[in-house]
Order: sequence, then structure tokens, then C-alpha cells
Amino acid sequence: MIRLEKRPQPSQAWSLATPLVAVLATMIFGGLLFAILGKPPVEAIRTIFWEPLFGEFSFYYRPQLLVKGAPLVLIAIGLSLGFRAGVWNIGAEGQYIMGAIFGAGAGLAFYPMEAVYIFPIMVIAGAFGGWIWAMIPAVLRTRFGTNEILVSLMLVYVAEQFLASVSLGLLKNPEGFGFPGSRNLQSYPSAFNAELIEGSGMHWGVVAAFIAVIFAYVLLRKHMLGFHIRLTGEAPRAAKFAGVNPTRLVLFCLGTSGALAGLAGMFEVSGPAGQISIDFNVGYGFTAIIVAFLGRLHPVGIMLAGGLMALTYIGGEIAQSNLGLPAAAIQVFQGMLLFFLLALDLLTNFRIALRKPEAV
Amino acid sequence: MNVPLLSLQGLTKAYPGVVANDTVSFDIGEGEVHALLGENGAGKSTLVKMIYGLVKPDSGQMLLKGQPYAPAEPRQARADGIAMVFQHFSLFDALNVSENIALGMENPPPMGDLASRIREVSETYGLPLDPFRTVGELSAGERQRVEIIRCLLQDPKLLIMDEPTSVLTPQEVDILFETLRKLQAEGTSILYISHKLEEIRALCDHATVLRLGKNVGECIPQDTSARDMAELMVGSTLHTPERADRDFGDIALDISGLSVPAPSAFGTALRNVHLTVRKGEVLGIGGVAGNGQDELLGVLSGETPTAADAVKLNGAPIGRLGPVARRRLGVLAAPEERLGHAAAPDMSLTENAMLTASVRQNLEKNGFLKWGEAENFAEQVIEAFDVRTPGPANAARSLSGGNLQKFVIGREVLQKPDVLVVNQPTWGVDASAAADIRQSLLDLAAGGCAVVCISQDLDELMEIADNFAALNEGRLSAPRPTKGLTVDEIGLMMGGAHGMEVAHV
Repeated sequence: MIRLEKRPQPSQAWSLATPLVAVLATMIFGGLLFAILGKPPVEAIRTIFWEPLFGEFSFYYRPQLLVKGAPLVLIAIGLSLGFRAGVWNIGAEGQYIMGAIFGAGAGLAFYPMEAVYIFPIMVIAGAFGGWIWAMIPAVLRTRFGTNEILVSLMLVYVAEQFLASVSLGLLKNPEGFGFPGSRNLQSYPSAFNAELIEGSGMHWGVVAAFIAVIFAYVLLRKHMLGFHIRLTGEAPRAAKFAGVNPTRLVLFCLGTSGALAGLAGMFEVSGPAGQISIDFNVGYGFTAIIVAFLGRLHPVGIMLAGGLMALTYIGGEIAQSNLGLPAAAIQVFQGMLLFFLLALDLLTNFRIALRKPEAV
Repeated sequence: MNVPLLSLQGLTKAYPGVVANDTVSFDIGEGEVHALLGENGAGKSTLVKMIYGLVKPDSGQMLLKGQPYAPAEPRQARADGIAMVFQHFSLFDALNVSENIALGMENPPPMGDLASRIREVSETYGLPLDPFRTVGELSAGERQRVEIIRCLLQDPKLLIMDEPTSVLTPQEVDILFETLRKLQAEGTSILYISHKLEEIRALCDHATVLRLGKNVGECIPQDTSARDMAELMVGSTLHTPERADRDFGDIALDISGLSVPAPSAFGTALRNVHLTVRKGEVLGIGGVAGNGQDELLGVLSGETPTAADAVKLNGAPIGRLGPVARRRLGVLAAPEERLGHAAAPDMSLTENAMLTASVRQNLEKNGFLKWGEAENFAEQVIEAFDVRTPGPANAARSLSGGNLQKFVIGREVLQKPDVLVVNQPTWGVDASAAADIRQSLLDLAAGGCAVVCISQDLDELMEIADNFAALNEGRLSAPRPTKGLTVDEIGLMMGGAHGMEVAHV
């Protein structure tokens, strides 16, 4: 009989090992899935994990890793602060959209003027857009006790409608021949979030993501606020006893995650995406939830997880075009990763004991 | 006595790292009230869990009326006539009494029949109880009655009671004892678990003493002094905390006209509470659990804000200040619930030291934490209060209850408070460590600290408190000097018998 025994202390070794074991298990079962679909499993796994990094066209894919990974990391860092404190912001996608709209809107308001202060203003506006969108569930929760999971999630759909509306109306390109979508910021130098080094994929959003990782690390390890965040998540009553003001903490966590998601949206719209359009958002805000947990809510872990997630995205696309794997199979593959991670998470706090069934 | 009702023979049960029971043997005769004595962690609970079928022994056997008895689960134990009243009640607050009782039965009769049977049993045994009252509204004593009646409806041959009096006033204890004596007269055997020696002397025919999982002796309680039994239990001579004569200073803490609504549907509202504690004084606050102890602690620690001048420190209003501001002023507290309230279970002792000591021990600067100094402070607490743990990096939940309690109290005591509020400071701590904790509270008071000790252990309060007051349904009685108080007077202050009556024998 297999039994689970609670460990007296969480295991440090397992807490580090489970992400690796989860990736390994995903490779094995993902390979099986691909085999059942009649595709060469080893080749498929190799395509997903190897091709983007060291393959023939890696000069193109490697920068893409940063471009795809940065928004994931930036959003996930913000979410992780709230998740640690038991504040569940599921609506980062909406905050990401609002950040993009605010950021792009601020930039386009200056068009066609060129000035060095335009981009910084856009950064602030983007963060503000995400922040204000996250403040809605935050204030509703602290004032009226509503559930922030539902409110933040519902606001994603509101934000999507808003996005469609501005693409067709307020921010529509007057020289766009009637097509929906704003002016392309890539061709507006003062507002363009260009690559800092040509061909590296490194834009200001990547820099912001790294800064966010460091900021979150210091906050959680060295600062009273970070300590209170962890305390609130682990023992809310003890946190209150320690003097944590739960209202302020909820506002801070939702506000920070909203602002970071807004920043991610702003960097995306002014850089890789270039313009506000109806289909601007591609699910970074939801995928970041996976990234946050894959990185065990730890800043460094999130950075690595963001890279891994970006890898499976890019690798998945290559596998789709090279091997003809269906997109759904790639999504199942990504789902497996989260599943194994959460399932194996159990081993941090429990150990498996093999025991003979006791005679009855 | 011919064949004993239940005979335990060499029962052994080991858990990883600890032998909970080591070849324990004794007999319980028919109609006998048998005491099982021992400190926390002596193995009493494991032993009765084996009898009740919750845990299987590694070796050894049990004989019920001479027949081998090895219950696989509690249901089987109940079918064999063994019933148990747990220390922690397993009742649903939102259901009424008969619904709760029906939930614990194999084949519950229709509600109407059950209610009349409950009435019948409760009248016979002097345990008045309305079958249709909601359990959430009942006092702790009444809830215990629900549990007892649940057992009595099965006509048990052996009734196991785990620390039944810890939630009762002295008067309620007397009534419970009448009930138990009536059961005994009818031939029911009772296995009575306690560490309260006077009770055992008053009630029990025979006592078995466990220490570190071993049966270390048996005695006839009536013929043995409480001190002898205590030393058998502890295995060494006990020292009583010394109370130095001292003069009280000015009033340090002053609560006047404090009323706080109940925090939840089944919490207790505080009603017009007045109290003053002078520098150097120990105020003991007694009362049955659930009468406002947690809520009072919350008001004093700053977790529950009140009107500004309802709580005063040295004459200055502090009612609106939160826990951090109060710590800065020297008002510290140690709540009852160790895991989850006083300490975060999954955090290390260093982090738990940071939890309350950051202000007074200068463990932060501009919001940045000095982990090295927090670790030093945690080590000091571990050292000074003899906390058994490999080191401050260990998680709070890895400590035994008693050790964590020592850490929680030590953490506050070492911060040199001006006012210290503790709730159940020695709950679950072994006798010698409890004596150390009490001594540290007395030492603080001798140094001029005002100490408020909330406790359900009357002996503890009699030992250390200068003045005694009791909480009853959120009201605090007027404090009286402890010296010269009789048990009867204390019982009346605690609310008397809560409407119980003696069994109609």
C-alpha cells in the first residue's frame, strides 16, 4: 500500500527538484502523446526544446525567447506577490490590455511630435492603466468583500471589449484605409520600444522584467512588506497578530500586479506588436499564472519558468510547422507541464511511504 | 474481581522517532473508575486510541471480558460497547443537538423518537439538554453533555473520557462526577484521563501512571497524596514557582467600559469589561473556554481596535493603536493558538522571531530586515527557555506543542515588556517547563511588568496571580485578591453551574 506521510519540515531538495522532474515527466508523457498521434516522439521533443536554442535557425528564435519570455516574467512576478499573500488576481490579461491601451493612447496623443519624454510618459501611463484596472477588484474586495478571482476575471472580458472599441474608434488609424487598429508605433520613433541591441530581442520590456525579478527578490527576502506578504499567505491570523493591515496588503498586491501587467502590455504594444488591434492580446496574462506557479512563486524560479514557457511556445510553433503537430497537441503538452508540476509539488510537504497493508 | 472487563497486555505502539507506548499492561474491572495519569506526551492518547480502534498496536493484545479484542475501527469498538468522549468535540455548530447525535449513529431512529430518547437519558443522568437547540449556541459544558449523551445512547460498557473537566467550572465538575458515579453504580466502567490530581483522588478507584510511554506505577488515588502522584508522573521532584513579595506601582493598564461585538456568529461579544493592572501585578483571568478569552486577548494585543480611551496605557489612550504601535509602547501578547496565530507553522523559528520582535529588538531598519540579528534573537529564546529543536532554521510546525509554547512565551518575555498579556501560557507544556514559564512571568512582574494571565487552569492562576477575575459570557467579574479565595467562590465568579443540575440518583 502506498501512503503519504506529512514531512515534519518542507523538503528543500524536493522543492528544487520537482520542476526538473515535472519537465522530465512532461517530456516522457508528451512524447507518448506525440507517438500516439503518429509523430516521431524523440524528434518532436527535440524540436520543441532543442531547435529554438541550438537549431539551424536559432539566430532568429533566440531573440524571440526574450520577446516572448519578458511579458510572461513581468506579469508573473506581479501575480506571484499576490498569490503568496492569498490574493488571487486572475485578470492580468485584462490589466495587460488596459496597460497597452493607456500606453499607446498616451504616445499617440503626442503624434507626430518627437520628444525624449514621450516614451517615459507612455511607460507611466501603461503602468497606470494596469494599476487602475486592478484597483477595481481590489477596492471591491476591501470595501465590500467581493471575490477578486471572479471580478478580475470578468474584467478581462470587459477589457477585451474595450480593446475592440478603441481599435475601431478612438485609437483607429486615420490613415489606415478603414482597417481596424491604431497607427503603428514602430514607425513613430519617439514611441517605438525598439531593440536596444540590434538582433538581440532585448527591448525595454526585457530590462523591466529583469528589474522586476530583482525588485521582487529583495522585497521578499529583505523587506518587511515582503515578509508580511509571505506571512499573510501562510498564516493570516498570525499576520494580523504581527500587525499586518490586510486591506493595505490587498491593495498593494493587486496594484503591483496590475501595474506590472500594464507595463508588459505597454512594452508589447510599443515594440513587438506595434499597434493596438482587436486581436492584440494573445493570452500572456493567463499563461503568466502558469509561469508564476511553475517558478514556485519565487522570483528566480519565475525567470527560469518564463524562459521555459517561451521555449515551449516557440518550439511548439516550430513543431507545428515542421512536423505537422496539431496546435491542440502543443497545448495539451503545456497543460501536462503544469499538471505534473502541481502534482509533484506534493512531494515537498509529503513523503511517499511504501507499507504493507495492515492486517484487519 | 473475577475477569476484568478490559485487560491490556503489553501494548506497544511506535511512531517514527518515538515509542508512544512501550509494553503497557493494566486491567479495568467492571464498574471501576480507572484513571490514566500522565503528562502531555506520556502516551495516554495513543493508548486510548488503540482501545477505541483508531490506532492499531504494533504488538501486545487486549482482552475484552476474557475474549481477544482487536477493533479495526471505532465502529467495531462501539459495537463492542466502548464509547469515548474526546477532549475536542466533534460537533457541527450549525446543526441542532439531535441532528448532531444522529450523525454519529449507525442507524439513527426518526428525529422525534431520538429527541425523546435524548430527553430521557439526559434527565436520568442529570444532564439537561434541549434536543432542538443549535450546538453553536451551547456553552462548552453543554457541548460536552451532547458528546456524553451521544455515548450513553449506546449503553456502553466502558466509557473513555479524555480530559473532560478542562472546559468546566468547578460546579460543573461536581455535577459531571455525580453523573459518572451513577453510571458506575449501574456497572459501567470508566477510563478517566486527566492530569488533574485532585479530581482523580475524588473520583477514581484505581490509577495507572504513564511516563514516556511506559506504565511507571499504579496506585489507589484515595490513599496517595497528590504530590506523590505528580512526582510519579514527572519522574522527579517538582519545584513550585516562588513568588517574591513585592509592592505594586501605578496603574499600567486600564480598561474601562469596553464592549466589542462578537467577531463571528459563534464568537463571544465582550460586554462592559473593566479592569486595571498595576506595575508589578499579575492579574489572573479565569473562565471556561469560549467565554471571551480570545476576544479579550485580541483587544489587548491590538488586533481588534476599540474606542481610543477604552484601553489606556499609563493613562494614555491606546485603543486605536494596532499591534505594532502597541509593541513599540511595550504592550506584548502571546495568544493561545500557537500554530497559525502566535506562530506561522511553515516558517522557521527565525522568521517567527521576526514576527513579533522586529520593533523592540531592532530587527528592521527602514523596512529592511536584519535576518542575522533575528536569528540571534531566536537562538537566545531557544537557549533561555530550553526549547528543544535542532536550531532556529527549523519550521515552527516541526516543534512539539510544548516546545513551541516555550518559544512563543519566551519570545515575548525576552523583549522586556511593560505589559504582557498571555492566554493559556502553559497549555500542553510538561509540568517542569510549565513551572519555568510561570516563574518567568513572576520574574517579569517582580521587575515591574504588569502581567495579564488568561488561563483555564485554576491551579496555575492560584499559583501566580495576585488578583483574580473571571470571564463569563464576555463579562468580566470584579477582580479579587487571590489569597483567601475558595474554589466555590471562584466557581461562582466563573458563572456557577451554567444551569446544570445534579444527577437524580
